[in-house]
Amino acid sequence: MTTTDHSVPTPAPLRHLMRLLVGSCALLPALAIAGWDELNMPVGVTDLSADVHGLHMRIFYVCCAIGAAVFGVMIVSMFLHRKSRGVKPATFHESTKVEIVWTVVPLLILVAMAVPAAKVLIKMEDFSDSEMSIKVTGYQWRWHYDYLDEGIAFYSALDAEQNLARQRGADDALEQFGDTYLREVDNELVVPTGVKIRFLNTAADVIHSWWVPDLALKKDAIPGFINENWATINEPGVYNGKCAELCGRDHGFMPIVVRAVTPEEFQVWADEKRAETLAAIETQHDPRDLPTLLAQGESVYGANCSTCHQAEGQGIPGMFPAIAGSDIATGDIDAHVAMVLHGVDGTPMNAWSGALTDAEIAAVVTYQRNAFGNDTGDSVQPLDVRAARSTALNAATEFDMGVTQ
Amino acid sequence: MTTDSSHDGVVHHAPGEHHDHDHDHHGPAYGLMRWITTTNHKDIGSLYLWFSLIMFFIGGAMALVIRAELFQPGIQIVDPMFFNSMTTMHALVMIFGVVMPAFVGLANWMIPMMIGAPDMALPRLNNWSFWIMPFAFAILLSTLFMDSGGPAGGWTLYPPLSLQMGDSFAFVIFAIHFMGISSVMGSINIVATIFNMRAPGVTFMKMPMFVWTWLITAYLLIATIPVLAGAVTMLLTDRYFGTSFFSAAGGGDPVMFQHIFWFFGHPEVYILILPAFGIISSIIPTFARKPLFGYDSMVYATASIAFLSFIVWAHHMFTTGMPLAGSLFFMMSTMLISVPTGVKVFNWVATMWRGAMTFETPMLFAIGFVIMFTIGGLSGLMLAITPADIQYHDTYFVVAHFHYVLVPGAIYSIMAATYYWIPKWTGNMYDETLGKWHFWISTVFVNVLFFPMHFVGLAGMNRRIPDYSLQFADWNMVASIGAFGFGFSQLLFVWIVIKCVRGGKQATDEVWEGARGLEWTVPSPAPYHTFETAPDITKYAVR
Repeated sequence: MTTTDHSVPTPAPLRHLMRLLVGSCALLPALAIAGWDELNMPVGVTDLSADVHGLHMRIFYVCCAIGAAVFGVMIVSMFLHRKSRGVKPATFHESTKVEIVWTVVPLLILVAMAVPAAKVLIKMEDFSDSEMSIKVTGYQWRWHYDYLDEGIAFYSALDAEQNLARQRGADDALEQFGDTYLREVDNELVVPTGVKIRFLNTAADVIHSWWVPDLALKKDAIPGFINENWATINEPGVYNGKCAELCGRDHGFMPIVVRAVTPEEFQVWADEKRAETLAAIETQHDPRDLPTLLAQGESVYGANCSTCHQAEGQGIPGMFPAIAGSDIATGDIDAHVAMVLHGVDGTPMNAWSGALTDAEIAAVVTYQRNAFGNDTGDSVQPLDVRAARSTALNAATEFDMGVTQ
Repeated sequence: MTTDSSHDGVVHHAPGEHHDHDHDHHGPAYGLMRWITTTNHKDIGSLYLWFSLIMFFIGGAMALVIRAELFQPGIQIVDPMFFNSMTTMHALVMIFGVVMPAFVGLANWMIPMMIGAPDMALPRLNNWSFWIMPFAFAILLSTLFMDSGGPAGGWTLYPPLSLQMGDSFAFVIFAIHFMGISSVMGSINIVATIFNMRAPGVTFMKMPMFVWTWLITAYLLIATIPVLAGAVTMLLTDRYFGTSFFSAAGGGDPVMFQHIFWFFGHPEVYILILPAFGIISSIIPTFARKPLFGYDSMVYATASIAFLSFIVWAHHMFTTGMPLAGSLFFMMSTMLISVPTGVKVFNWVATMWRGAMTFETPMLFAIGFVIMFTIGGLSGLMLAITPADIQYHDTYFVVAHFHYVLVPGAIYSIMAATYYWIPKWTGNMYDETLGKWHFWISTVFVNVLFFPMHFVGLAGMNRRIPDYSLQFADWNMVASIGAFGFGFSQLLFVWIVIKCVRGGKQATDEVWEGARGLEWTVPSPAPYHTFETAPDITKYAVR
């Protein structure tokens, strides 16, 4: 993807210093197994990310120079001024002149760093003239993207197969997915290149942080507040990111995938996505047969429920109840649907009414009642879920597809 | 317990060697009650130090659980929730249970002896402030065995996540309150001692740097611990009493917690490092056989760092979204901190310059401190650059940064102090060869452990995750090898300490050739009571 700035010309002394630094890194074992791109901040694909990378390299060189000077003097001193060489200790112990020098010189270096840093910061905070807005909402543990002007909205979570596989066992998952492990999502965020996109970050439950290194974007998603961020992507490509703020059990499993395409391709994608969403809304309450429900239910379960209730529905004793053989999943259907819709207060069990469609809830409830040896033979239809929602208590919890019909 | 028997070894000498004391001065009582009821600053200092050593291994075991899980990608060993609770507890234990008590223990042992005082100003308070700690940590650690598991929202306890915690939450809050009370009482005691108990002639500008840095640290603690107490109490009422300080739905603001927390948290960072500066400022002159360079500027630099520490807190929060003016202010104030910190490092180097150095274990640890703390300080300077910080934030780069300042920083200073003063405490020299081995093994492994974290952080590995994608696998494996190497090599430290407590070459009163200061004028081991009559400081150098 990206490499360090070997191409950027650096002054000779700095280059020498870099070589020294690389040389000293060789002391660490296993340097040979990692390439440069796994050692440094990416240059990224926006002007801003290149600026940030430039600042990072500049302050890094300054630090190397200071380190080399300080450690150099120390090493020389440790070699020359040791008692075993028979030296007599000097007695000097103060010098106002020297103190002033090593206060003022660092101050000047800081000013030299602060000015370019402030410039980049001001640029970062300039949200004017954005051509497109995407609202990013963090959930435990997935993202919701809402293209405010395009009428498209969807959830994006760790790829369901990966999510199930990683719970079944690490070795399987690693073997199966290799380099893509934890880097794929079910719905990628597709965005056009060359367009100033404003991201509005917020969260539904706890604080998350939407981070894509190649876009130099990291801003917290805070429940009840909206944070701004922007990017103009220069190159088409796939850019990975992840949640950067600890958000609970599966903080490590909510990746981000941004796919940047040309504006024309984006238009095609957006039209398709919108049509797809509308079609889904139109058919969402059509009755389904049991195998269809089970198949959809398994994937909904994998993406949403398996995190806590585990891949085989066994739960984690003391933390997350089992679904296999549970009273809820084998008892009254309405109570089961109600629990999925509303969650359980004071526990990590979320209310799913806003996150899943009627069809998805119908499918996942049906799946839970038939999988893991529950074998009740029950099936729940999307219309049943709509009926459950439309009681007075549930009126406010209609699923928002992000499309105005 | 090793605690009792080992210290009997110390104290048996004491009454015998102790001279010309009359009537009701006596040596210590025997048995367990001695340690429970003691008001002697040396006993309490030892209690703090042993406590800290035990907690070091508990916190270290947690770190090894973390590194074992991260040895390879995939979830192999622990549930992600338990993993989160390990990262949370590791931090709480290491900060509140290891570094802070160790510094208080050193203050208890050394401050009265350094300023020519017979004891701490408030001995009963002293006893109480220690004995709160074991209970506080018993409460904290007990949460790991509760149904809901231990705290798992990070040691910073950010709401709303921390409010999702189960019933252990209230226990954690109370444990933090207790630790806070202990710290504040300890600090009040140190301030009272330094102000009131200095021997005649020991003026402020004659105090050893360790006393100065602790005086300033004590003020930081008194100023900030109540802020932490307020913050966690607000969490408690949000959780159990229906308030909405930190919930937007009720008119509150989750980010307000972060502001309050870091108003405590940033000075806390300096609480964890200023006493270390004092220790290093004592050790380097001794082994360079040359007075500390720029004593006055060291004092002023410490005070400046303490002042600046109150106006930089939001640099922990650059990604929470703050006004441009705020970002600029906190960037520049943060960069400013590097100036007085730089002055300190330059002064240490100037102290070494043209000295006549020898490299006994305390000096090795002190030099290790200066180099590796500086590496941590330089990455701190990088973190001050806000636009870059936004990318570093919450990655392993930050983890590398603060572990460099805390492990080969604060922890190394505590080890340096132990090697430096243990001959005075026990009357025996430690095993120099083993001490050097301890230093070199630790230093190799601590770098294998933390240096690669810079790389994975820059390459995009976020913090507090139990699993990661394959691109980070190599360096995580290296770091985990370093972690186990570093962890197990600390057993050597325990062995060296126990061996030294049990016996060894008799230490002289001065112990070190170049040592200056009142603590080196009393016999080794230091008698149970020292400076019952104030020393004549015209005869000895105080610093």
